[in-house]
Amino acid sequence: MNELDILYQELILQHYKHPRNREPLSGNFIIHENPSCGDSLRLQIEWEGSDRIRRVVFDGHGCAISIASASIMTELLSGRTRLEALEICKRSLSYLRRDPRDSMDPGEGIDLGDLRALAGVRQFPLRVKCATLAWHGIEKELKSTISTPKLVGKDLNPR
Amino acid sequence: MFTLKTGRFPLLEANPNLVYLDNASTTQKPEPVIRAISEYYQTRNANVHRAVYRLAEASTYAYEGARNRVARFIGASSSKEIVFTRGTTEALNLIAHSLTRTFLHPGDVIIVTQMDHHSNIVPFWLAAREQGLHLRFWPITQTGELDIQDLETLWSEQVRVVTLPHVSNVLGTVNPIPSVASFVHERGAFLVLDAAQSVGHMPFDVSELGCDMAAFSSHKMYGPMGIGVLWVREQILDSLVPYQGGGEMIATVSETDITFNEPPYRFEAGTPNVEGAVGLAAAIDFLDSLDREKIWEEEQKLARYGAEVLSDIEHLTLYGEAAIRAPVFTFNLEGVHSHDLAQFLDSRSIAVRSGHHCAQPLLHRLGATSAVRASLGICNSKEDLDRLVDALEDARRYFQ
Repeated sequence: MNELDILYQELILQHYKHPRNREPLSGNFIIHENPSCGDSLRLQIEWEGSDRIRRVVFDGHGCAISIASASIMTELLSGRTRLEALEICKRSLSYLRRDPRDSMDPGEGIDLGDLRALAGVRQFPLRVKCATLAWHGIEKELKSTISTPKLVGKDLNPR
Repeated sequence: MFTLKTGRFPLLEANPNLVYLDNASTTQKPEPVIRAISEYYQTRNANVHRAVYRLAEASTYAYEGARNRVARFIGASSSKEIVFTRGTTEALNLIAHSLTRTFLHPGDVIIVTQMDHHSNIVPFWLAAREQGLHLRFWPITQTGELDIQDLETLWSEQVRVVTLPHVSNVLGTVNPIPSVASFVHERGAFLVLDAAQSVGHMPFDVSELGCDMAAFSSHKMYGPMGIGVLWVREQILDSLVPYQGGGEMIATVSETDITFNEPPYRFEAGTPNVEGAVGLAAAIDFLDSLDREKIWEEEQKLARYGAEVLSDIEHLTLYGEAAIRAPVFTFNLEGVHSHDLAQFLDSRSIAVRSGHHCAQPLLHRLGATSAVRASLGICNSKEDLDRLVDALEDARRYFQ
């Protein structure tokens, strides 16, 4: 595989050309932008009850890497509880930014789905921020909508 | 590869396959510039203007010699008009700060253009916000040019400063500075010129252009990074309030009073970038040895050829179609994001820039959020443009 194809794997181009859960947003959404390149994603979480994500939807504009990553993210987070989603965010961000010298694989023991096809981005340090754009946005949103009692409540750490 | 006999560019020699098309960001450096910097450190390094020993004198002589060289190169009436800065950005910050604080009053208006770089918009915006001034944007035309009639429409008695780029870093448009200068001066306002994209590419003479101040960077004209120039007409520079404070810019400091040094030293606080000034002087010698008329002639050929071959590419939008343009081409390929396109071109060893090019108001006006830019200089040739065109055609297939 040549260098370029490592970055733009077929699966990534598929997500770019046919993104999942991308639709025009209305109502409340958050805008997450990369000021250095002008890419801008709008993200929305549809909740089922107070704690479960029914679906994550997005629109906006960005490069193949940022759109594919957003598309994959919506697949990974839909159906998850808030805490599960935050864990997936944390692991995905570490996975995308993984330093090859690290011995631990942040993707170990967790299903990161198509995100693994984005691992090639690690060889292109300048493009990592494209891959992490949607993830940073949704992580911020997930953290900001945690209501205070839950954050400090005992039930978060039952043991 | 080169159209002009440019001599050695060590980085390009070491990368014979590289098509470097990011000259508007920074140019590569010719061997004499690299040598001059190295020689300065090996033979003349000492702080300037401060000591009496011979080495310090040699260093001061090198630094002040560079100032003279710059003055002659741009047709300044005296080297006192040359202020060394870190680059265009610092030069524009300096002028935005000091010009407005010396001459403007709350309610006065500054006109910037829709094609300005952020480094020309933001300093004036900051000055405006702090001093109750207003900023107006001179719009561009459909062809990506500036029309003086639009300036006239925008005009009111409160306009005190007009600031604009000589050459747009996005559209390649060469603006008609002498006509703008007469218009602005007839109405008693100041004209500031952002010359970052022009000095290294065409004949440049401040008296012919007619502006009151001009800013440019060494690293975009084959010199080193970290040094630039602010030229200000002497009568104006004499009256400007200081920008940064520190050593060198003062005459006397006591517990009760401070008096300032004469220009240009009043505006050069702290130890200057002597290495940079020496390198810039070498870059100027290099440009003069090539003849700037010839350089501009060659670059205009590249500009015409590039505009022609790029316009022929299907699904490519080339922004700007100015009658007089520099070889700076900004474009988008339908269905391919600028970052992906730049990445693809890099895999073919073609270095271009992608993003908003620090000109968000302009990109917004063009209806784009980002774009690819290929910018040429004296090291480029028509073959480089041909390689770009081939790669663009392949890129569309790749992402389709």
